[in-house]
Amino acid sequence: MSLDVAALRQQFPILSRKLDGKPLVYLDNAATTQKPQAVIDALVDYYTTCNANVHRGAHQLADEATRRYEQARDTVAKFINANVREEVIWTSGTTEAINLVANGLGQLLNAGDEVLVTEMEHHANLVTWQQACKHAGATLKVVPINARGELDEAAFAALLSTNTRLVAMPHVSNALGTVNPIKALTAKAKAVGALVLIDGAQGIAHGDVDVQDIGCDFYAFSGHKVFAPTGVGALWGRASVLADWPVWLVGGEMIQDVTYQDATWGALPNRLEAGTPNIAGVLGLAAALDWFNTLDKAAVQQHEKALLASAHEQAEAFDGLRIIGNATNKIGVLSFMLDGAHPADVGFILDRQGIAIRTGDNCAQPLMKKLGIPGTARASFSIYNTLDEVDALFAALRKAKMMLA
Amino acid sequence: MNLPSSQEIIDDLAFFDDWEQRYQYIIDLGKAIDGLPEDQKIPERLVKGCQSSVWMASRIHEGRIQFDVDSDAVIVQGLLALVLAAYNDKTPAQILAFDIDGYFTELDLERHISPTRGNGLRAIVSKIQALARSATT
Repeated sequence: MSLDVAALRQQFPILSRKLDGKPLVYLDNAATTQKPQAVIDALVDYYTTCNANVHRGAHQLADEATRRYEQARDTVAKFINANVREEVIWTSGTTEAINLVANGLGQLLNAGDEVLVTEMEHHANLVTWQQACKHAGATLKVVPINARGELDEAAFAALLSTNTRLVAMPHVSNALGTVNPIKALTAKAKAVGALVLIDGAQGIAHGDVDVQDIGCDFYAFSGHKVFAPTGVGALWGRASVLADWPVWLVGGEMIQDVTYQDATWGALPNRLEAGTPNIAGVLGLAAALDWFNTLDKAAVQQHEKALLASAHEQAEAFDGLRIIGNATNKIGVLSFMLDGAHPADVGFILDRQGIAIRTGDNCAQPLMKKLGIPGTARASFSIYNTLDEVDALFAALRKAKMMLA
Repeated sequence: MNLPSSQEIIDDLAFFDDWEQRYQYIIDLGKAIDGLPEDQKIPERLVKGCQSSVWMASRIHEGRIQFDVDSDAVIVQGLLALVLAAYNDKTPAQILAFDIDGYFTELDLERHISPTRGNGLRAIVSKIQALARSATT
């Protein structure tokens, strides 16, 4: 069955916007996805009908809000196939989720310990570990990538040792679109006794994420990359690891007993969720996943594949265009450079034609440096994009080339 | 460097009715300024944006501030030329009195100078204004 993209687009009110009189062509989905009406409605409905603080009210409204809020945890747990619902910790997004783990790890690391990351990290999955290592006197090791933008798996294996306490890697590279073989690499890391964290920011919207199948210890993701509001996301962590993971944020909600001089922590998931959470965001995230689950997954994946295939085909035929990232297993992202044109200029000219892309270092400065480029132009696709929009991108690029090169 | 005045630029840009001509004009304006030689693009002069980088050098000559600017992106370089047309070789008092936001609004380019754009343009304007302020005290 193929995806009815026209009907799908109808559910995203923003997609009918015009910019400077031209229809919006939104190709910045790796930065954030647009929101279907069902998600917008969930936010409005929460504030309209049952706004109350969760877990502590002695009234009906609070009961109702708490029930919906905890049901949302079930929704996420099911979406990623968690072992138990308590393994889902609400965060503000991927960055906060990784910080939660990195802060705890910082307290567990000793001098001589090692943390392994990759050359393709987003800053969120690099600066966190780099700083944790710095404070603990531990060593950060970096797995190189090959010319196609794939992880060097032999180097990965060689860099692992019994000193490796944690391996952090992206499910999908935000800058290159590379899909990493996270299951196989996780198995290698677990064999030396390391913990494994997967940065799922770019992975969550594209595939069937199954944390049990991956075998990792942590999977971090943001709601806004999967059609949910900004400011909400989750850390999934293996219950046995999270149960006594050092607490990060302390305060209300997360305690068991408090005296003026001391405190003890509550049980999972509360012990890692201090303060009033983003309740509306959590309900929006559940609405987004419920909505996403109504789609035919196979048809969605087929459509995404077709979009990227068309983009690649046209990019390869485009004189003076260099694709950045040519992994065999790639999804969602076309990063590129136009000969003689700075990515920022390309972005300007495309923007003027109603086409929204990302330009710059893609929050991956060390990677750009390694590739020897100032940054890239990046078109990133989602399920509501059309093949016509891919064509529009290249028509706009021809104009950019004419004006700039 | 022979730049038109800010008023001439406003008049010139009002003359074009399609965006391509306007951007072409801005790009050409950027090419008309000298920029900085590579060896003068030192870190202290760098204003780093997430999307593009700009460099600026300045000196005071007979009570007026003169600027050299450069960017690795041609449209940013053109926008810098617009900024220079307003600020270059002016007294600190003239610089501080100039309504740069009004100017960019009149040029219909205000979104390019907004702080949300990571192109370094806003940072350059703030630097120029700070220089002018410190020159008057």
